[in-house]
Amino acid sequence: MKTANEITQPNGIPENWQPFLELAAREVFEIMLGCKLETQDPVSPATAEITAMVGLAGQLCGLLTLRCSSQSAALMASKMLGVSVSQADEQMWDAMGEIANMIAGNFKNKLTGMADRCMLSVPTVITGSDYSCRSMADTGPLEVTMLFEGAPVTVAVEIHT
Amino acid sequence: MNKVRALIVDDSSVMRKIVERSIRQAGIDLAEVREAANGAEGLGALQDSGVDLILCDINMPVMDGLEFLRQLQTVEHAKGVPVVMITTEGSESHVVQALSIGARGYIRKPFTPEQVKEHVVPLLENKK
Repeated sequence: MKTANEITQPNGIPENWQPFLELAAREVFEIMLGCKLETQDPVSPATAEITAMVGLAGQLCGLLTLRCSSQSAALMASKMLGVSVSQADEQMWDAMGEIANMIAGNFKNKLTGMADRCMLSVPTVITGSDYSCRSMADTGPLEVTMLFEGAPVTVAVEIHT
Repeated sequence: MNKVRALIVDDSSVMRKIVERSIRQAGIDLAEVREAANGAEGLGALQDSGVDLILCDINMPVMDGLEFLRQLQTVEHAKGVPVVMITTEGSESHVVQALSIGARGYIRKPFTPEQVKEHVVPLLENKK
């Protein structure tokens, strides 16, 4: 059985990047949402009702995704804005995009020499789980699933080497 | 410190609200907040009258923050107005580039209200 922090497929991605990805996500949630992401074994990857994607271009080329349930996305927007979930509901796509954007930026800035050699796209957010995504990446995803307010949130990076 | 008119340029409406909240948490009394979703809208927001402070993202559609900074140099109402970049783009080259074309500060996302205070308050005090 997979553990909460298991790298799904490290093929082509340095194994020591996993802690950076996890730390990048933790920092964004702590600083911008005031919430700690928890790890618990085992945690299944999040149901992808909402997926935010940020493209990486340059020396580090690929795609970072953040996925979770729509309930979690609305709660994230609520925490970010400091308003009730019902008030934040309309903002959940925007909030998801920004969180993914900050995780992507924070992640690449933690990789030595990558901050200057990698650019980020503006985020794209999609709703629904019945989709397949081809990012042209040629590595398996580096994937981390943690718990946000008890519900799984998955952050993944795929790289085109 | 006098009441401050601020322009916040960011393509995320959530982030614009967070930046505004952080400015208020920094103890800055805001008289007016103008919002723009990209650099072009930001320039448009300065057409008729100026502001005391501009906070601007870099990575935006239509016109990014660096191009906004370049074009800001020709806007009469923006002369002497401090611009602080707030962005996920944390590279040294972006910082150097932004500072060389007129930015007075640079804050990396994710950020705390304390960081906003640390960067913004001295700029407003120097402006008095």
